Amino acid sequence: MSLSIEHVSKVFTNEMGEEVTALGDISLDVKEGEFICILGPSGCGKTTLLRIIAGLDHPTGGRAAINEKEITGPTPEMAMIFQEYSLYPWRTVLDNIAFGLEVQGVGKEERYGRARKYLTLVGLEDFENSHPYELSGGMRQRVAVARALCVEPQVLLMDEPFGALDAQTRNTMQKELLEIWKKTKKTVIFVTHSVDEAVYLSDRVVVLSPRPSHVQEVISITVPRPRDRTSVEFAQVRRHVLSLIQGGEEASQ
Amino acid sequence: MKITESAKKRHIRTAFLGGRAIGAILPILIIIGWEIAAILIDNEFILPRVESVLAILAAPTVDILGSGSLIDNALLSIQRVLMGFGLAAAVGIPVGIVMGYWKRAEDFLDPAIQLFRPIPPLAWIPLALAWFKTGIVSMTFIIFIGAVFPVLLNTVDGVKSVNRTWVESAFTFGASQAQVLRKVILPAALPTVWTGLRLGFGISWMCVVAAEMLPGTTSGLGYLIMYAYNWGQSQVIIAGMIVIGLIGLGIDGLFRAVEKRQFRWRGMVR
Repeated sequence: MSLSIEHVSKVFTNEMGEEVTALGDISLDVKEGEFICILGPSGCGKTTLLRIIAGLDHPTGGRAAINEKEITGPTPEMAMIFQEYSLYPWRTVLDNIAFGLEVQGVGKEERYGRARKYLTLVGLEDFENSHPYELSGGMRQRVAVARALCVEPQVLLMDEPFGALDAQTRNTMQKELLEIWKKTKKTVIFVTHSVDEAVYLSDRVVVLSPRPSHVQEVISITVPRPRDRTSVEFAQVRRHVLSLIQGGEEASQ
Repeated sequence: MKITESAKKRHIRTAFLGGRAIGAILPILIIIGWEIAAILIDNEFILPRVESVLAILAAPTVDILGSGSLIDNALLSIQRVLMGFGLAAAVGIPVGIVMGYWKRAEDFLDPAIQLFRPIPPLAWIPLALAWFKTGIVSMTFIIFIGAVFPVLLNTVDGVKSVNRTWVESAFTFGASQAQVLRKVILPAALPTVWTGLRLGFGISWMCVVAAEMLPGTTSGLGYLIMYAYNWGQSQVIIAGMIVIGLIGLGIDGLFRAVEKRQFRWRGMVR
């Protein structure tokens, strides 16, 4: 697997008719099996960048490519996990997870078999016949993760998936995500505005500057996993990343 | 989860019982007041006694003044409504989906729809008679006009307000446009479409009764109460009105029951 973002920029026109540059000039290479966080202040276009990688948006300049081919629309190599409201409330948990395989035309028996496998992976095997509205926020995002894994993509794209959860649940979900990542060996691109989350999860943190955003710095995090949030090492990295973000914000004011 | 569920049920049950007990008081008072007034007025044409109306209701299969029984006429009215309403659904739902899905179609059709929508269905009666004469075609037309707008506009609304993330999720999994329509947009819009059908049916039911009062009609509940008026049989008028109300209520209840069972997720989307 290879994923490259080459001089991607995105300009859009707002309601006033003005041109707004969401993404300045972004380049990035993602290695196979890597856990990358894209971190930046709100409104810096990090979600736009992820949507371009997912094929949901198109760049106005540059290109994104997976396995050497340009991304022009959603591709089966990647699956996306949204912040919230992405599960289908009229479908059971199992039918939600099997959705991707269903649209690919995989037969009922096989898709349910595979869906159950991922349901077990996220620890929700007792809830296959429940509906999303019967689950807590954390459980719903577990279902969303299982649904993305079920189509067996090479890359998982996650757009602030834990942003709507309370702090406690969020920490648990981060830990579980790392376990799943270790087991499944996927490449993960994870968008967040939480420095703590980025430092806890990533191999590399890509810090974006405020609009028009560019890559301010890419920080490799070598703190061994499982990471201890209270350790000195962790605090040092977090402080460094935080100073970058705050510096960027001040520079834009 | 189980605890909240049962607590919710218990809450609903107590509210329901309490509500029903208090809700029964006024209808009972109305019936008592009616009976007293009828005795005082002592004129069966102005206000018949409760028991004269009950006598008619108690014999729904007996012919009334040679115009057929309550049940015969009710069945005819229901049959007519189903034709007009069925046609409205058959036109309103597909057109509504197209309008909700393609902005161009909405821009093209919406002004014309807004032009026709404020005209009450009953205002179409003279033209309907001129075009189709008295009969089933005219009635179907009137009912269609009454029901098609709520069905159509609710469908448009339902399709348009489908959560964008649901659609985008489907696209990221490689779904085609047709699959998104069938597996995401339609099920997501269905509760709103259903509301449109329920509203449309309510209007259809009003339209059929009005249409059956037209000169030249010889059957149906609307005809029956008009005919009873001509014979000075007010107890038949009131019995007919009660049947009209009960059928409307019953069918609305059916719609609601389906809504509750099938679309529980609506309003619980978090």
